[in-house]
Amino acid sequence: MKIHIPTPLRAYTDKQETVSVAGATVAEGLDELTKAFPAMRAHLFTPDGKLRSFVNVYLDDEDVRYLPAKEATAVAPEAELTIIPSIAGGCCSLPAAGCCRS
Amino acid sequence: MSLLLSKDLYDELRQHGEETYPHECCGIMLGKGASNGTRVHKLMRAGNTRTDSAHNRYSIAPQELIRAQREARQAGLDIIGFYHSHPDHPAQWSQTDYAEAHWFGCSYVITAVDHGHATTTNSFLLAGTGEEDKRFETQPIAVE
Repeated sequence: MKIHIPTPLRAYTDKQETVSVAGATVAEGLDELTKAFPAMRAHLFTPDGKLRSFVNVYLDDEDVRYLPAKEATAVAPEAELTIIPSIAGGCCSLPAAGCCRS
Repeated sequence: MSLLLSKDLYDELRQHGEETYPHECCGIMLGKGASNGTRVHKLMRAGNTRTDSAHNRYSIAPQELIRAQREARQAGLDIIGFYHSHPDHPAQWSQTDYAEAHWFGCSYVITAVDHGHATTTNSFLLAGTGEEDKRFETQPIAVE
């Protein structure tokens, strides 16, 4: 399968935008990815091995978290995984301590 | 390393904030590294999924990010940052912006929109290597 790497994590894949790995499931693909590029592991997984909450993994156009088998979902050889960190934020509701109001 | 963008793109991202006022706007910047900074080649407007609190929160759907990453790849570009607005708040990063920032090496552009008019626009580079040492660094904006 192909795994598309987001800009901030390419520092750990020798600047490769896309990495091809073996693996019959999403979990196996991610495991192969982190075996090839061990520094990726800490950026994708918590110390107890769970996918970090802000890391989204899509199998083609499906969010893996919402697939029935989640990371155990089977992956066809021609399928594409995309790793995409979340993007969110915003100003504060009140001009109080810690607010962006200077 | 400056954030380089044309006057048209600079005006476009600020105008987006005026259009969505009093809600926050958000968007994705596609570009490429240059010798004197990172150059923005294209802006992709994104919908704000935080319809529950759009006046002070924004979130971009992962599907939009994937579409942007795909378009960038096809154009030989990268996602090099994001922009959003702070309606009636300064163009400074907030604790929420910091907590939700995970795109290391990318620019986070914030435009203050006061009473519907874009005022200050600032850029902050997310520096560090991980959640433990991340920090926002003020990044000069060069409008060309």
